[in-house]
Amino acid sequence: MRKYTPKDNVQAKSYYTDRYWVAPRVPRAAVEEGTHFADVVKTMAKFAKESYIEVGTLVIHIDAKENFEAIKTLKEQCGYTQCSEQSAVDYLAQDGEFELFYQFLNVNEAKRVRIVCRIKQGEAIESIVPLFNSANFAEREMFDMFGIKVNNHPFLKRIIMPDDWEGHPLLKTYPLQGDEFASWYEVDKIFGKEYRDIIGPENRDPARIDRYDTKRFSRVGYEVPFGADISEGEKEQPIEYSETLLVDYNKDSGKQLDHRK
Amino acid sequence: MAQHQVNYASAAGLPIALTTVDHLVNWGRSNSLWPLTYGLACCAIEMMASGASRYDFDRMGTIFRASPRQADVMILAGTLSKKHAEFARRLYDQMTEPKWVISMGSCANTGGMFNTYATVQGVDRIVPVDIYLPGCAPRPETLQYAMMMLQKKIRRESANMKKNTKQNLRLV
Repeated sequence: MRKYTPKDNVQAKSYYTDRYWVAPRVPRAAVEEGTHFADVVKTMAKFAKESYIEVGTLVIHIDAKENFEAIKTLKEQCGYTQCSEQSAVDYLAQDGEFELFYQFLNVNEAKRVRIVCRIKQGEAIESIVPLFNSANFAEREMFDMFGIKVNNHPFLKRIIMPDDWEGHPLLKTYPLQGDEFASWYEVDKIFGKEYRDIIGPENRDPARIDRYDTKRFSRVGYEVPFGADISEGEKEQPIEYSETLLVDYNKDSGKQLDHRK
Repeated sequence: MAQHQVNYASAAGLPIALTTVDHLVNWGRSNSLWPLTYGLACCAIEMMASGASRYDFDRMGTIFRASPRQADVMILAGTLSKKHAEFARRLYDQMTEPKWVISMGSCANTGGMFNTYATVQGVDRIVPVDIYLPGCAPRPETLQYAMMMLQKKIRRESANMKKNTKQNLRLV
């Protein structure tokens, strides 16, 4: 029987994993009364589904439909005036959802808040570019890498991959070494599909040596003309060293000191 | 020796040197290799160092040109991404014949450690390469050695470019 491989997560896995090993989790602390974060939680109470502190960062889970309103409140009433990062995590295989996160910084308080929400595949999220210009490129990258559409984004197009690329590379269903389209991309673009046969598939094994391929490999001491057919073996060509450049000092060297002066 | 016997091969005090057209043309070509100023990744830093005063490419007649129309060597220095492959090929096409290509560093040779969807697995998939230069990144001396090997190669080949065009057509 063929070995089962999951289709929803094609990423490379380690050869051996301990089945009883549990990845250590960062401890989650409750928000203490009287701190700055307690005020933030109170202001965001309308939107927050869950909130806790992880490594000094306040994490607030919200509903994806309310992301614009929630972030507007966070910016205008809590003083989080910088959006430092925005992206997504692919949890489609586990939960059938993407996890989107926004990372904010309050410069006056020197505190950070992460807003987390979840959307299903095919759903779109509201853009926060009217609030934070820095989210412009971040949302484009999220669209490029995960295919998550962003409503009311001023210029939603691919930012890292070429415009005519197919597939979204950070999805777990996207193989690291690329699919069929990716492996022929530059050949198709430059020469056309009919040149696939001439150029051949990519060599993904850097240690590969073909003894009979005289176009790419040559055996030292058995050199043959470029592209010669050596399926019946090749003649030995002894290596000749230049006598003017290389001097054999083992032979009658005059530098031997036989006695003290 | 009788006076009427003239040794045509010696200059006999006259400002004359006898040679073949191949030698003369290749002497000119190999001693004024002008590479394109074209860096792709960290190998380009080593390429810049080779061009700067310490390693001094200029003493070999190697002067970096900022236009592909004036260049005759393309040093592909670094990782070539699939998005950029089209433009690298276009720059190669814009260079005038005769032209040569040096693939500098592991990434340009085979894709190197970037065994991913976004990297061209060896620039010989898009341009015909003359010299493969190993290293990650190769030191400036290595690039200079590659340049000297390319000069040797040029001096060996015939000045008739039809042969070289045919060689280039392997991939075109």
